[in-house]
Amino acid sequence: MKKKGWKEIAIGGLIDKGGTAKEYNTGSWRTFKPVVDKTKCINCLQCWIYCPDSSIKVKDGKMEGFDYDHCKGCGICAAICPVKCIKMEKG
Amino acid sequence: MRVKEKEKMATKKLIGMTGDQAAAHAMRQIAPDVVAAYPITPQTEIVMSFSQFVADGKVATELIPVESEHSAMSACIGSAAAGARTMTATSANGLALMWEVVYIAASTRLPIVMSVVNRALSAPINIHCDHSDTMGARDSGWIQIYSENAQEVYENIISAVKIAEHKDIRLPVMVCQDGFITSHAVEGIELSDDKTIKDFIGEYKIDHSLLDIDNPVTYGPLDLQDFYFEHKYQQSFAMKNALSVIPKVLQEFNKTFGKNHDLIEEYKLKDADIGIVALSSTAGTARAVIDDLRKKGIKAGLLKPVFFRPFPAERILKAISHLKVVGVMDRAESFSTMGGPLFSEIRSAMYDSKQKPPIVNYIYGLGGRDIFPEDIEKVYEELESIKRAGKIKTLISYLGVRE
Repeated sequence: MKKKGWKEIAIGGLIDKGGTAKEYNTGSWRTFKPVVDKTKCINCLQCWIYCPDSSIKVKDGKMEGFDYDHCKGCGICAAICPVKCIKMEKG
Repeated sequence: MRVKEKEKMATKKLIGMTGDQAAAHAMRQIAPDVVAAYPITPQTEIVMSFSQFVADGKVATELIPVESEHSAMSACIGSAAAGARTMTATSANGLALMWEVVYIAASTRLPIVMSVVNRALSAPINIHCDHSDTMGARDSGWIQIYSENAQEVYENIISAVKIAEHKDIRLPVMVCQDGFITSHAVEGIELSDDKTIKDFIGEYKIDHSLLDIDNPVTYGPLDLQDFYFEHKYQQSFAMKNALSVIPKVLQEFNKTFGKNHDLIEEYKLKDADIGIVALSSTAGTARAVIDDLRKKGIKAGLLKPVFFRPFPAERILKAISHLKVVGVMDRAESFSTMGGPLFSEIRSAMYDSKQKPPIVNYIYGLGGRDIFPEDIEKVYEELESIKRAGKIKTLISYLGVRE
Protein backbone atom coordinates (compact mmCIF):
# COMPACT_ATOMS: atom_id res chain seq x y z
CA MET A 1 0.00 0.00 0.00
CA LYS A 2 1.32 3.44 -0.92
CA LYS A 3 1.86 5.51 2.20
CA LYS A 4 0.12 8.85 2.41
CA GLY A 5 2.09 12.03 1.66
CA TRP A 6 2.42 15.14 3.84
CA LYS A 7 -0.59 16.86 2.28
CA GLU A 8 -2.86 13.89 2.91
CA ILE A 9 -2.29 13.46 6.64
CA ALA A 10 -3.65 15.54 9.51
CA ILE A 11 -1.27 18.18 10.87
CA GLY A 12 0.65 17.70 14.08
CA GLY A 13 0.28 13.92 14.07
CA LEU A 14 -3.38 14.17 15.01
CA ILE A 15 -5.39 10.98 14.70
CA ASP A 16 -8.88 12.15 13.83
CA LYS A 17 -10.82 9.07 14.91
CA GLY A 18 -10.85 6.47 17.65
CA GLY A 19 -9.94 2.79 17.67
CA THR A 20 -7.07 3.04 15.21
CA ALA A 21 -4.63 1.15 17.45
CA LYS A 22 -6.24 -2.00 16.04
CA GLU A 23 -4.69 -1.20 12.67
CA TYR A 24 -1.22 -1.23 14.18
CA ASN A 25 0.19 -4.70 14.28
CA THR A 26 2.22 -4.69 17.48
CA GLY A 27 2.46 -8.49 17.36
CA SER A 28 5.57 -8.08 15.24
CA TRP A 29 7.44 -6.82 18.32
CA ARG A 30 7.09 -10.21 20.03
CA THR A 31 9.98 -12.47 20.95
CA PHE A 32 8.08 -15.00 23.08
CA LYS A 33 4.50 -15.94 22.44
CA PRO A 34 1.96 -17.23 24.99
CA VAL A 35 0.53 -20.69 24.38
CA VAL A 36 -2.41 -21.99 26.45
CA ASP A 37 -3.11 -25.54 27.49
CA LYS A 38 -6.91 -25.49 27.46
CA THR A 39 -7.09 -28.88 29.26
CA LYS A 40 -5.78 -27.14 32.40
CA CYS A 41 -7.48 -23.72 31.93
CA ILE A 42 -10.23 -22.95 34.48
CA ASN A 43 -11.54 -19.86 32.55
CA CYS A 44 -10.98 -17.57 35.55
CA LEU A 45 -10.16 -14.79 32.99
CA GLN A 46 -7.35 -13.35 35.12
CA CYS A 47 -5.29 -13.23 31.90
CA TRP A 48 -8.05 -11.20 30.20
CA ILE A 49 -8.13 -8.74 33.11
CA TYR A 50 -4.35 -8.24 33.22
CA CYS A 51 -3.46 -8.27 29.51
CA PRO A 52 -2.27 -4.70 28.74
CA ASP A 53 -2.99 -5.10 25.02
CA SER A 54 -6.51 -6.59 25.07
CA SER A 55 -5.07 -9.60 23.32
CA ILE A 56 -6.90 -12.39 25.18
CA LYS A 57 -9.76 -13.72 23.10
CA VAL A 58 -12.86 -14.50 25.14
CA LYS A 59 -16.17 -15.90 23.93
CA ASP A 60 -19.20 -16.69 26.10
CA GLY A 61 -17.17 -16.28 29.26
CA LYS A 62 -14.49 -18.70 28.11
CA MET A 63 -10.85 -18.00 27.32
CA GLU A 64 -10.28 -18.99 23.70
CA GLY A 65 -6.67 -18.05 22.94
CA PHE A 66 -4.67 -15.02 21.87
CA ASP A 67 -4.79 -12.21 19.33
CA TYR A 68 -1.29 -12.70 17.96
CA ASP A 69 -1.62 -9.61 15.73
CA HIS A 70 -1.44 -7.41 18.82
CA CYS A 71 0.10 -9.54 21.62
CA LYS A 72 3.61 -8.16 22.28
CA GLY A 73 4.64 -11.21 24.27
CA CYS A 74 5.04 -9.49 27.64
CA GLY A 75 4.19 -12.65 29.54
CA ILE A 76 1.89 -11.08 32.12
CA CYS A 77 -0.83 -13.65 31.32
CA ALA A 78 1.57 -16.52 31.97
CA ALA A 79 2.73 -14.95 35.23
CA ILE A 80 -0.79 -14.25 36.53
CA CYS A 81 -2.36 -17.59 35.53
CA PRO A 82 -3.28 -19.37 38.84
CA VAL A 83 -3.11 -22.87 37.28
CA LYS A 84 0.01 -22.19 35.20
CA CYS A 85 -1.60 -23.26 31.94
CA ILE A 86 0.02 -20.49 29.84
CA LYS A 87 3.60 -20.98 28.70
CA MET A 88 5.83 -18.54 26.84
CA GLU A 89 7.44 -20.13 23.82
CA LYS A 90 9.97 -18.78 21.35
CA GLY A 91 8.59 -17.70 17.98
CA MET B 1 7.64 69.97 19.04
CA ARG B 2 5.59 71.07 16.11
CA VAL B 3 2.01 72.20 16.72
CA LYS B 4 0.61 69.32 14.71
CA GLU B 5 2.47 66.75 16.80
CA LYS B 6 1.31 68.46 19.95
CA GLU B 7 -2.28 68.28 18.82
CA LYS B 8 -1.83 64.63 17.95
CA MET B 9 -0.43 63.95 21.42
CA ALA B 10 -3.30 65.77 23.04
CA THR B 11 -5.91 63.69 21.24
CA LYS B 12 -4.19 60.43 22.13
CA LYS B 13 -5.17 58.88 25.41
CA LEU B 14 -1.86 57.68 26.76
CA ILE B 15 -1.61 55.59 29.91
CA GLY B 16 1.67 55.15 31.73
CA MET B 17 2.63 51.52 32.03
CA THR B 18 5.53 49.09 31.75
CA GLY B 19 6.04 46.60 28.95
CA ASP B 20 4.90 43.90 31.36
CA GLN B 21 1.71 45.76 32.16
CA ALA B 22 1.12 46.43 28.48
CA ALA B 23 1.35 42.68 27.86
CA ALA B 24 -1.07 41.98 30.72
CA HIS B 25 -3.54 44.53 29.35
CA ALA B 26 -3.37 42.94 25.91
CA MET B 27 -4.11 39.58 27.54
CA ARG B 28 -7.00 41.08 29.51
CA GLN B 29 -8.55 42.49 26.35
CA ILE B 30 -7.97 39.32 24.34
CA ALA B 31 -9.55 37.47 27.30
CA PRO B 32 -8.19 34.00 26.47
CA ASP B 33 -10.13 31.02 27.80
CA VAL B 34 -7.10 29.72 29.67
CA VAL B 35 -3.81 31.08 30.97
CA ALA B 36 -1.52 28.51 32.59
CA ALA B 37 1.61 30.01 34.10
CA TYR B 38 4.21 29.53 36.76
CA PRO B 39 3.53 32.26 39.31
CA ILE B 40 6.98 33.01 40.73
CA THR B 41 10.41 34.04 39.52
CA PRO B 42 11.72 33.93 36.78
CA GLN B 43 8.14 34.83 35.92
CA THR B 44 7.58 38.53 35.41
CA GLU B 45 5.04 41.14 36.31
CA ILE B 46 2.97 40.03 33.28
CA VAL B 47 1.38 37.13 35.08
CA MET B 48 1.23 39.06 38.35
CA SER B 49 -0.77 41.86 36.69
CA PHE B 50 -2.92 39.44 34.76
CA SER B 51 -3.70 37.44 37.93
CA GLN B 52 -4.88 40.68 39.48
CA PHE B 53 -7.26 41.26 36.55
CA VAL B 54 -8.64 37.74 37.05
CA ALA B 55 -8.97 38.23 40.81
CA ASP B 56 -10.72 41.55 40.30
CA GLY B 57 -13.17 39.98 37.87
CA LYS B 58 -11.96 42.12 34.99
CA VAL B 59 -11.42 39.08 32.79
CA ALA B 60 -13.14 35.67 32.87
CA THR B 61 -10.03 33.63 31.98
CA GLU B 62 -9.41 30.34 33.76
CA LEU B 63 -6.03 30.98 35.38
CA ILE B 64 -4.03 27.86 36.23
CA PRO B 65 -1.05 28.51 38.49
CA VAL B 66 1.23 25.52 38.02
CA GLU B 67 4.32 24.19 39.78
CA SER B 68 6.85 24.81 37.00
CA GLU B 69 7.20 26.20 33.49
CA HIS B 70 7.37 22.66 32.19
CA SER B 71 3.91 22.17 33.63
CA ALA B 72 2.76 25.61 32.42
CA MET B 73 3.41 24.75 28.79
CA SER B 74 2.05 21.22 29.28
CA ALA B 75 -1.21 22.64 30.65
CA CYS B 76 -1.33 25.11 27.75
CA ILE B 77 -0.99 22.25 25.27
CA GLY B 78 -3.87 20.32 26.84
CA SER B 79 -5.97 23.44 26.97
CA ALA B 80 -5.31 24.48 23.37
CA ALA B 81 -5.98 20.93 22.14
CA ALA B 82 -9.29 21.02 23.99
CA GLY B 83 -10.23 24.06 21.94
CA ALA B 84 -9.55 26.86 24.41
CA ARG B 85 -7.75 30.03 23.34
CA THR B 86 -4.62 29.74 25.45
CA MET B 87 -1.87 32.11 26.49
CA THR B 88 1.05 32.14 28.88
CA ALA B 89 4.17 34.12 29.70
CA THR B 90 7.70 33.31 30.74
CA SER B 91 11.27 34.55 30.79
CA ALA B 92 14.88 33.37 30.75
CA ASN B 93 15.47 30.16 32.71
CA GLY B 94 11.70 29.67 32.86
CA LEU B 95 11.70 29.26 29.09
CA ALA B 96 14.69 26.96 29.39
CA LEU B 97 12.80 24.74 31.82
CA MET B 98 9.87 24.66 29.38
CA TRP B 99 12.12 23.48 26.55
CA GLU B 100 10.81 19.96 25.96
CA VAL B 101 7.20 21.07 25.84
CA VAL B 102 7.92 24.23 23.84
CA TYR B 103 8.79 21.90 20.95
CA ILE B 104 5.70 19.76 21.59
CA ALA B 105 3.40 22.81 21.43
CA ALA B 106 4.76 23.73 18.00
CA SER B 107 4.88 20.19 16.65
CA THR B 108 1.32 19.53 17.79
CA ARG B 109 0.41 22.71 15.89
CA LEU B 110 -1.33 24.47 18.76
CA PRO B 111 -1.70 28.24 18.39
CA ILE B 112 -0.59 29.24 21.88
CA VAL B 113 0.59 32.83 22.34
CA MET B 114 3.38 33.35 24.88
CA SER B 115 4.90 36.59 26.07
CA VAL B 116 8.61 36.24 26.65
CA VAL B 117 10.61 38.81 28.54
CA ASN B 118 14.09 38.37 27.10
CA ARG B 119 16.63 37.84 29.83
CA ALA B 120 20.01 36.15 30.16
CA LEU B 121 20.40 32.47 30.90
CA SER B 122 22.53 31.31 33.83
CA ALA B 123 25.36 30.74 34.69
CA PRO B 124 26.72 32.90 36.19
CA ILE B 125 23.38 33.98 37.56
CA ASN B 126 22.05 37.03 35.80
CA ILE B 127 18.49 38.28 35.46
CA HIS B 128 19.02 41.12 32.99
CA CYS B 129 18.32 41.59 29.33
CA ASP B 130 19.74 39.60 26.50
CA HIS B 131 18.24 37.33 23.86
CA SER B 132 19.87 34.02 24.84
CA ASP B 133 16.55 32.57 25.99
CA THR B 134 14.46 32.96 22.84
CA MET B 135 17.41 32.64 20.46
CA GLY B 136 17.99 29.24 22.02
CA ALA B 137 14.38 28.41 21.12
CA ARG B 138 14.73 29.60 17.54
CA ASP B 139 14.60 26.08 16.13
CA SER B 140 11.61 24.99 18.21
CA GLY B 141 9.07 25.77 15.50
CA TRP B 142 7.54 28.83 17.18
CA ILE B 143 6.97 32.08 15.37
CA GLN B 144 9.02 34.80 17.07
CA ILE B 145 8.18 38.51 17.14
CA TYR B 146 10.60 40.98 18.72
CA SER B 147 9.08 44.18 20.13
CA GLU B 148 10.92 47.49 20.33
CA ASN B 149 8.85 49.11 23.06
CA ALA B 150 5.81 48.60 25.28
CA GLN B 151 3.38 49.85 22.64
CA GLU B 152 4.70 47.26 20.22
CA VAL B 153 4.48 44.57 22.89
CA TYR B 154 0.81 45.40 23.30
CA GLU B 155 0.09 45.43 19.57
CA ASN B 156 2.22 42.39 18.71
CA ILE B 157 0.37 40.26 21.27
CA ILE B 158 -2.94 41.14 19.64
CA SER B 159 -1.75 40.37 16.10
CA ALA B 160 0.01 37.23 17.38
CA VAL B 161 -3.34 35.67 18.32
CA LYS B 162 -4.62 36.05 14.79
CA ILE B 163 -1.35 34.90 13.23
CA ALA B 164 -1.11 31.80 15.44
CA GLU B 165 -4.71 30.75 14.81
CA HIS B 166 -4.71 31.41 11.06
CA LYS B 167 -5.79 28.20 9.31
CA ASP B 168 -2.79 28.31 6.98
CA ILE B 169 -0.32 28.78 9.84
CA ARG B 170 -1.42 27.08 13.08
CA LEU B 171 1.81 27.65 14.92
CA PRO B 172 2.45 29.05 18.38
CA VAL B 173 3.89 32.54 18.70
CA MET B 174 6.40 34.05 21.14
CA VAL B 175 6.08 37.80 21.58
CA CYS B 176 9.42 38.99 22.91
CA GLN B 177 10.36 42.17 24.72
CA ASP B 178 13.62 43.29 26.27
CA GLY B 179 13.93 42.42 29.94
CA PHE B 180 13.87 45.47 32.25
CA ILE B 181 14.57 47.90 29.39
CA THR B 182 11.05 47.41 28.05
CA SER B 183 9.46 45.15 30.64
CA HIS B 184 10.06 47.45 33.63
CA ALA B 185 10.33 50.93 32.12
CA VAL B 186 7.17 53.04 32.14
CA GLU B 187 6.02 54.46 28.81
CA GLY B 188 2.89 56.12 27.54
CA ILE B 189 0.72 53.42 26.00
CA GLU B 190 -2.32 53.86 23.85
CA LEU B 191 -4.83 51.06 24.44
CA SER B 192 -7.42 50.07 21.87
CA ASP B 193 -10.96 49.37 22.97
CA ASP B 194 -12.04 45.85 23.91
CA LYS B 195 -14.62 45.49 21.17
CA THR B 196 -12.25 46.34 18.31
CA ILE B 197 -9.78 43.78 19.64
CA LYS B 198 -12.45 41.10 20.11
CA ASP B 199 -13.82 41.70 16.60
CA PHE B 200 -10.33 41.58 15.14
CA ILE B 201 -9.25 38.31 16.75
CA GLY B 202 -12.65 36.63 16.34
CA GLU B 203 -13.47 33.31 17.91
CA TYR B 204 -10.95 30.50 18.31
CA LYS B 205 -12.29 27.52 16.45
CA ILE B 206 -10.61 24.16 16.42
CA ASP B 207 -11.46 21.32 14.04
CA HIS B 208 -10.77 18.56 16.52
CA SER B 209 -11.33 19.15 20.21
CA LEU B 210 -9.78 16.77 22.69
CA LEU B 211 -12.97 17.07 24.77
CA ASP B 212 -15.36 16.14 21.96
CA ILE B 213 -16.25 12.67 23.22
CA ASP B 214 -18.61 12.02 20.31
CA ASN B 215 -15.71 12.39 17.88
CA PRO B 216 -12.69 11.10 19.77
CA VAL B 217 -9.24 12.10 18.52
CA THR B 218 -5.66 11.53 19.61
CA TYR B 219 -3.18 14.40 19.99
CA GLY B 220 0.53 13.64 20.19
CA PRO B 221 0.63 9.93 19.35
CA LEU B 222 3.69 7.83 18.61
CA ASP B 223 4.95 8.78 15.16
CA LEU B 224 7.86 6.72 13.91
CA GLN B 225 10.07 6.39 10.85
CA ASP B 226 7.08 6.08 8.54
CA PHE B 227 5.32 9.41 9.24
CA TYR B 228 7.34 11.66 11.59
CA PHE B 229 9.28 13.16 8.70
CA GLU B 230 6.08 14.11 6.85
CA HIS B 231 4.80 15.88 9.97
CA LYS B 232 8.07 17.81 10.27
CA TYR B 233 7.76 18.82 6.63
CA GLN B 234 4.22 20.08 7.30
CA GLN B 235 5.66 22.30 10.04
CA SER B 236 8.39 23.53 7.77
CA PHE B 237 5.86 24.28 5.05
CA ALA B 238 3.60 26.14 7.50
CA MET B 239 6.52 28.31 8.63
CA LYS B 240 7.47 29.10 5.04
CA ASN B 241 3.85 29.78 4.19
CA ALA B 242 3.64 32.10 7.19
CA LEU B 243 6.02 34.46 5.41
CA SER B 244 3.29 35.29 2.91
CA VAL B 245 0.30 34.90 5.27
CA ILE B 246 1.62 37.11 8.11
CA PRO B 247 1.77 40.28 5.95
CA LYS B 248 -1.91 39.78 5.09
CA VAL B 249 -2.86 39.47 8.76
CA LEU B 250 -0.75 42.53 9.56
CA GLN B 251 -2.45 44.45 6.77
CA GLU B 252 -5.78 43.70 8.39
CA PHE B 253 -4.33 44.70 11.76
CA ASN B 254 -3.03 47.96 10.31
CA LYS B 255 -6.37 48.73 8.73
CA THR B 256 -8.26 48.02 11.95
CA PHE B 257 -5.94 49.80 14.36
CA GLY B 258 -4.38 52.44 12.12
CA LYS B 259 -0.86 51.06 12.50
CA ASN B 260 2.02 50.19 10.24
CA HIS B 261 3.25 46.70 11.17
CA ASP B 262 5.37 44.61 8.83
CA LEU B 263 7.83 41.71 8.86
CA ILE B 264 10.68 44.19 9.01
CA GLU B 265 11.03 47.88 9.71
CA GLU B 266 13.45 50.28 8.07
CA TYR B 267 14.74 53.61 9.31
CA LYS B 268 16.45 55.98 6.90
CA LEU B 269 17.79 52.95 5.11
CA LYS B 270 16.87 53.69 1.48
CA ASP B 271 19.61 56.29 0.90
CA ALA B 272 22.02 54.98 3.54
CA ASP B 273 25.64 53.93 2.97
CA ILE B 274 26.09 52.10 6.22
CA GLY B 275 23.44 50.33 8.20
CA ILE B 276 22.98 48.23 11.27
CA VAL B 277 20.53 45.43 11.86
CA ALA B 278 19.16 45.20 15.40
CA LEU B 279 16.22 43.61 17.20
CA SER B 280 13.96 45.05 19.88
CA SER B 281 14.79 48.05 22.08
CA THR B 282 18.28 48.60 20.63
CA ALA B 283 16.56 49.69 17.42
CA GLY B 284 15.07 52.62 19.33
CA THR B 285 18.48 53.76 20.55
CA ALA B 286 19.88 53.37 17.04
CA ARG B 287 17.21 55.69 15.62
CA ALA B 288 18.39 58.52 17.85
CA VAL B 289 22.01 57.88 16.89
CA ILE B 290 21.11 57.87 13.19
CA ASP B 291 19.40 61.26 13.53
CA ASP B 292 22.60 62.70 15.05
CA LEU B 293 24.85 61.11 12.45
CA ARG B 294 22.67 62.36 9.61
CA LYS B 295 23.17 65.92 10.89
CA LYS B 296 26.91 65.30 10.50
CA GLY B 297 26.39 64.11 6.94
CA ILE B 298 26.92 60.41 7.67
CA LYS B 299 24.42 58.35 5.76
CA ALA B 300 23.49 55.86 8.47
CA GLY B 301 20.41 53.65 8.50
CA LEU B 302 18.73 50.89 10.47
CA LEU B 303 16.95 47.65 9.74
CA LYS B 304 14.83 46.13 12.50
CA PRO B 305 13.61 42.62 11.77
CA VAL B 306 10.30 42.35 13.64
CA PHE B 307 9.90 38.65 12.88
CA PHE B 308 12.87 36.37 13.39
CA ARG B 309 10.80 33.22 12.81
CA PRO B 310 9.87 32.83 10.07
CA PHE B 311 13.08 34.48 8.92
CA PRO B 312 12.16 37.15 6.35
CA ALA B 313 15.36 36.62 4.35
CA GLU B 314 14.13 38.07 1.07
CA ARG B 315 12.81 41.23 2.68
CA ILE B 316 16.00 41.69 4.68
CA LEU B 317 18.21 41.26 1.64
CA LYS B 318 16.12 43.67 -0.37
CA ALA B 319 16.48 46.24 2.39
CA ILE B 320 20.23 45.99 3.02
CA SER B 321 21.89 44.77 -0.22
CA HIS B 322 22.48 48.29 -1.49
CA LEU B 323 24.47 49.28 1.60
CA LYS B 324 28.24 49.68 1.44
CA VAL B 325 28.71 48.06 4.87
CA VAL B 326 26.32 46.19 7.17
CA GLY B 327 26.75 45.69 10.91
CA VAL B 328 24.55 43.06 12.55
CA MET B 329 23.90 43.43 16.27
CA ASP B 330 23.31 40.24 18.21
CA ARG B 331 22.23 40.30 21.84
CA ALA B 332 23.00 36.60 22.11
CA GLU B 333 26.05 34.41 21.63
CA SER B 334 25.62 31.17 19.74
CA PHE B 335 29.10 29.80 20.48
CA SER B 336 29.32 28.64 16.88
CA THR B 337 32.44 30.82 16.54
CA MET B 338 30.68 32.15 13.44
CA GLY B 339 28.83 34.98 15.17
CA GLY B 340 25.42 35.44 16.71
CA PRO B 341 22.20 33.93 15.34
CA LEU B 342 20.96 37.05 13.52
CA PHE B 343 24.35 37.51 11.86
CA SER B 344 24.68 33.89 10.80
CA GLU B 345 21.30 33.84 9.15
CA ILE B 346 21.65 37.16 7.36
CA ARG B 347 25.14 36.29 6.17
CA SER B 348 23.94 32.89 4.98
CA ALA B 349 21.02 34.49 3.13
CA MET B 350 23.47 36.82 1.40
CA TYR B 351 25.31 33.93 -0.24
CA ASP B 352 22.76 33.83 -3.05
CA SER B 353 22.56 37.59 -3.40
CA LYS B 354 24.17 39.34 -6.33
CA GLN B 355 25.05 42.29 -4.12
CA LYS B 356 27.10 41.28 -1.13
CA PRO B 357 28.17 44.23 0.99
CA PRO B 358 30.80 43.56 3.65
CA ILE B 359 28.99 42.39 6.76
CA VAL B 360 30.27 42.30 10.32
CA ASN B 361 28.84 41.16 13.62
CA TYR B 362 28.64 42.84 17.00
CA ILE B 363 27.73 40.69 19.97
CA TYR B 364 26.57 43.18 22.59
CA GLY B 365 24.68 43.75 25.81
CA LEU B 366 24.94 40.25 27.24
CA GLY B 367 23.60 39.97 30.78
CA GLY B 368 21.98 43.38 30.49
CA ARG B 369 25.18 45.35 29.78
CA ASP B 370 23.85 48.76 28.76
CA ILE B 371 24.00 49.77 25.15
CA PHE B 372 24.35 53.53 25.05
CA PRO B 373 24.07 55.81 22.01
CA GLU B 374 27.88 56.16 22.18
CA ASP B 375 28.24 52.39 21.74
CA ILE B 376 26.08 52.43 18.63
CA GLU B 377 27.95 55.48 17.38
CA LYS B 378 31.16 53.47 17.76
CA VAL B 379 29.65 50.73 15.62
CA TYR B 380 28.77 53.23 12.89
CA GLU B 381 32.29 54.69 13.10
CA GLU B 382 33.74 51.23 12.53
CA LEU B 383 31.36 50.63 9.62
CA GLU B 384 32.54 53.94 8.14
CA SER B 385 36.17 52.87 8.44
CA ILE B 386 35.38 49.51 6.78
CA LYS B 387 33.68 51.47 4.03
CA ARG B 388 36.76 53.63 3.54
CA ALA B 389 39.29 50.78 3.79
CA GLY B 390 37.17 48.47 1.65
CA LYS B 391 37.96 45.50 3.86
CA ILE B 392 36.92 43.94 7.15
CA LYS B 393 39.38 43.91 10.03
CA THR B 394 37.31 42.02 12.62
CA LEU B 395 34.39 39.87 11.55
CA ILE B 396 32.92 39.37 14.99
CA SER B 397 33.38 41.96 17.73
CA TYR B 398 32.27 41.78 21.34
CA LEU B 399 31.11 45.32 21.92
CA GLY B 400 32.53 46.80 25.11
CA VAL B 401 34.09 43.64 26.54
CA ARG B 402 37.06 44.69 28.70
CA GLU B 403 40.53 43.39 27.93
